[in-house]
Amino acid sequence: MKAKENRKVLECSQAIAEAVKLCKPGVIAAYPITPQTRIVERLAELVNNGQLNAEYINVESEHSAMSACIGAQATGVRTFTATNSQGLALMSEMLFIASGLRLPIVMAVTNRALSAPINIWGDQSDAIAQRDSGWIQLYCESSQEAYDTTIQAYKIAEKMLLPVMVCVDGFTLSHVWEPIEMLGQKDVDSFVPNYNPKYKLDPAKPITIGPISMPNSYMFFKKQQHEAMLKSLGVIKETNNLFSKKFKRKYGEGLVETYRMENADYALVAMGSACGTARCVIDELRKKGKKAGLIKIKCFRPFPSSEIIKTCSKLKCIAVIDRDISIGNAGALFTEIKAALCNQHIKINNFIAGLGGRDITQDMLTEAISKIGQQKEVDWLF
Amino acid sequence: MNKMTRKKPTRKEKMPINTGAMILEPGSSLRNKTGSWRVRRPVIEKKKCISCGQCIKFCPEGCIKFDKGKKADVNYDYCKGCGICAQVCPVKAINMEMEEK
Repeated sequence: MKAKENRKVLECSQAIAEAVKLCKPGVIAAYPITPQTRIVERLAELVNNGQLNAEYINVESEHSAMSACIGAQATGVRTFTATNSQGLALMSEMLFIASGLRLPIVMAVTNRALSAPINIWGDQSDAIAQRDSGWIQLYCESSQEAYDTTIQAYKIAEKMLLPVMVCVDGFTLSHVWEPIEMLGQKDVDSFVPNYNPKYKLDPAKPITIGPISMPNSYMFFKKQQHEAMLKSLGVIKETNNLFSKKFKRKYGEGLVETYRMENADYALVAMGSACGTARCVIDELRKKGKKAGLIKIKCFRPFPSSEIIKTCSKLKCIAVIDRDISIGNAGALFTEIKAALCNQHIKINNFIAGLGGRDITQDMLTEAISKIGQQKEVDWLF
Repeated sequence: MNKMTRKKPTRKEKMPINTGAMILEPGSSLRNKTGSWRVRRPVIEKKKCISCGQCIKFCPEGCIKFDKGKKADVNYDYCKGCGICAQVCPVKAINMEMEEK
């Protein structure tokens, strides 16, 4: 295929749907919630047109959506769903179950603020609130990254037997139109082979999935799950590498991506679409001779502590932008980074910005940089 | 000086930690004799039983079967004593009696 033929301008949500289509899930169970609707509507259309051979289940709630995916995945079928904010919160108990059962479900999350008050716009509090659920969480900065990450997600999930959330900022990223380099079916087939789990529910070979585990065993299962999550750090990097070798696109080393960090004295740390804005701010600062760089966190779970320590080792201070707030403490990304860097001599400032779809502007990020090293540890940018 | 020591709870040595806690052999729940949980037990008056099969259908454990004479027969290894069979029997052939210690 010539380079121009596989380049299309698509809305991020549509790009995600196309990526899912290439991964050929057998079951899609979803419930609509703004701003994820564009993804699931497109998938429903593809199923209806016969372009995607999947069972599309119109469930009655997000809790049911995840339950249906769990049931289907357990029978050895690749699944997909999408949600955000209230829907993600509603399926909360099932998230823990999906990961505890070690089912490699892939879910797109179009990060949206949590009620109350009701707010349908972009904010990462929803997925961040589920950081303990045992799901791998990968955050995307662009539509191309969302497309690529969705495809990589199936490979990572099925290798580690852990579910993966592909996160895009609601509206701010989910609804933007960008040029996408598309992959062909053969490309994806070779990258993500058919899902063939060793154990699955099959009346011909009965097994039990989801038994009770008494105090004498539960803790061992949790440790096993936790260790798998830690092992995923390596697998995520490998997958990023393999993808890069095959399709010539990579995102840092897969966990953390840096921009203009050579000889940097200080850095902005961010997750999601704000990184795109941050790059412009860093360019401006560099023009003025300021030695600033951007550290983009792509993988939030498992938390890439060693990569962060390595990236920040020569820095004097960093400004962590949180598009979320752990009410009563600080931004969650800040808290985790601070913990990872607790033995390094580096000043860390937290800036809460862009909640409820409030725009994160270049001026705000410039303000954050100007306030770097300030006494006030947690500051809010309006 | 009495030191109270608590034995560390151990997991059974032979129990595998399968990924996702899957149990790979079917029918393993048969090893757990839930009949020990009973407080009251259903006692069937075989003479009154009309072999309608309602108790069999409604038993949540599936532990009532027809015996050779096509009369309802309870498997006390698994019967938890919920009393649903006694409730649904149209001829009141089943009585719940206290489990004798």
